[in-house]
Amino acid sequence: MTASSAAVPSGTGRRLLRHLNPGPYGWQTTAATVLALLVALALSSALIAITGGSPAASVQALFQGSMADWTAWTSTLLYMAPLLLVAVGACVSARSGLFNIGQEGQVLIGALAAAWVGLRLAITGPVLLVVMLAAAALAAGAWAGLSSLMYRLRGVNVVVSTMLMTFVAQQVVAYAVNMPWLLQESRVGNAPVSPQSNPLPPSGLLGSFGEYPDLQINGGLILAVVAAVLVAVAITRTPWGFRLTMLGRNPLAAKHAGVRVNALGGAALAISGALAGLAGAVLLASPVGVNRLQPGIAMNIGWDGLLVALVARNRPLAAMPVALLFGVLRSGGGFLAATGVPSFLVDVVKALLVLAFVAPPVVVALVRRRRSSDRTAGSRREATPVAEEAIA
Amino acid sequence: MSAADDISTILSSGIRLTVPLAFAACGEYLAERAGTMNISLEAMMLGAAFGSVATASATGSATTGLVAGVLIGLLIGFVHGNLAHRLEVNTFVVGLVLNALVLGLTSFLITISSFDSHQVSQVSVPWLRDIPLIGHPLFVERWPVYLLILVIPLTWWLVERSRWGLELRAVGEQPQAADVTGIHVNLRRRQALLWCGALAGLGGAYLAVGEVGSFNQNMTAGRGYIVIAAVIFGAWRLGRTLLGCVLFGLADAMRLALPALGLTLNSQLLVVAPYLLALLAMLVFATRNREPKALGQPFVRGST
Repeated sequence: MTASSAAVPSGTGRRLLRHLNPGPYGWQTTAATVLALLVALALSSALIAITGGSPAASVQALFQGSMADWTAWTSTLLYMAPLLLVAVGACVSARSGLFNIGQEGQVLIGALAAAWVGLRLAITGPVLLVVMLAAAALAAGAWAGLSSLMYRLRGVNVVVSTMLMTFVAQQVVAYAVNMPWLLQESRVGNAPVSPQSNPLPPSGLLGSFGEYPDLQINGGLILAVVAAVLVAVAITRTPWGFRLTMLGRNPLAAKHAGVRVNALGGAALAISGALAGLAGAVLLASPVGVNRLQPGIAMNIGWDGLLVALVARNRPLAAMPVALLFGVLRSGGGFLAATGVPSFLVDVVKALLVLAFVAPPVVVALVRRRRSSDRTAGSRREATPVAEEAIA
Repeated sequence: MSAADDISTILSSGIRLTVPLAFAACGEYLAERAGTMNISLEAMMLGAAFGSVATASATGSATTGLVAGVLIGLLIGFVHGNLAHRLEVNTFVVGLVLNALVLGLTSFLITISSFDSHQVSQVSVPWLRDIPLIGHPLFVERWPVYLLILVIPLTWWLVERSRWGLELRAVGEQPQAADVTGIHVNLRRRQALLWCGALAGLGGAYLAVGEVGSFNQNMTAGRGYIVIAAVIFGAWRLGRTLLGCVLFGLADAMRLALPALGLTLNSQLLVVAPYLLALLAMLVFATRNREPKALGQPFVRGST
């Protein structure tokens, strides 16, 4: 960075400019985000056009598969529920300054625990569902807690350990559904057995609500929305949330202010794991679907939920519309193939969307910092909250 | 089949599974020494694998495909470097997004296109190939394998003996101090990512036009993450990192050979071994200060 004395507006113009800069999330960020979104959409359309598809037809197919009628809405909301749960969890850990990227594994562990409770414990009636959900949250919370433990005791990087634990979780589930004594389906006659569990009993399934013809609000969605609102309130309106944010912004200051760093940080990671685990249970007990534990049950919901949180910039309430959008992309993606555009397109669109939401605020903050440090020319450095930029 | 034949078969399949890991590991090792925890390695390998097959099919030359793979790896390294170490977007976020983007894009493109199969030629070293047991696995290979003989010492020399490497290590350990002495921290990190991209690209391209001759969806299947595990397992030392690659390659070969050998070793255990070993290594080495101190931390001048 070169110290420039020229090209700095002075006098009235400068004061006016300062008025137009209302903080790091001001109009510049909004403008940059809109611009980035347009670029992302243009790139996606270009990709479709170059490969011989029609962007308009693709948009229509996406709409048809996700929002055109109540059946489509039902499927969209079915995807939205676990995505939102994962995203809300990701918000909690990111707020505390720990970046958990192991949701995919935590989803699997949650589903595993729920399946085990549902199939191996002799519980009947509506209690079963409650116990299943609790077990999923506990198991996945403990799974994420392991990463926290490794970090607190031995300083192991949380991002790396949660990532590696994801691959461990995949094999744990693969093992469980290959072992008859654990969860593999029971043999019927001479039929070959697959690596999957038996279907859950009916009392272990989440119900659907809503009397509208064809539109079904699945129980998982209600769980997810409640979780999002609770977490949003807890983060913004309670002393706990204040301590959490303080820990994320500046761990040292938080420690000096009397925050129990280890307990709070560990709890944040465990909560984020628990919510991902709930998403796993919701996937398993979904009112439609096979309701069996299969190695592919997580369907990248964990990775996508993480992206939802990134787009929502770690705000649980903002995660709701974003999770809905990602649900739309998922359920609409299935309809794309009919137009000759592979459904993998939605993965490209998702990745571009995330970039379009994540990069602008960081870039705007960077440009502003450069400008301000040029302006003060070394005499005064503006303190910028680094932790906030570090994660989205 | 005799036991010697079995061992020879597993060895040769193990070596073939190790080579892509080893190329990428040399790159990731250098990037991590410079302080970038580069998880877009998977994207680099996968993108390069696709690019090499597409180019080989278009030009009819597998070698051109290999070069194209390296270029694609470079491109992804360039994008990652500029997003993470120029625009200061969180490096893990960049990695996640690039992985998702490349996986989606290559899956998309392979669904609507078909490519001819091309493979680089095989080299058979006279005399040496006749050594019992290890002769055939080591000395009858596709020629890019022998690039490792060049790449490994070069990486070691770059990191441990060159001025550039000294600066890289300084940037990975103490970026603030490096900055004060006049090293351009983020430039060095971007350069390290370019080296990483080129080598990961070579590894991915070798996998595609070297071993298989074609591309299929999600071809690398998490090999990038295994390489990251290998670098951690190797405690950020090149020799041990490569040892980790060999170990993980052999474990993979064992897993594939199990049914044929009639052994009942748990295949999930073999798949999970790299990750468990990496986690274990991190727990053990935590107190020995082997990890580059600034690993994964963005550099912002004036903040500590």
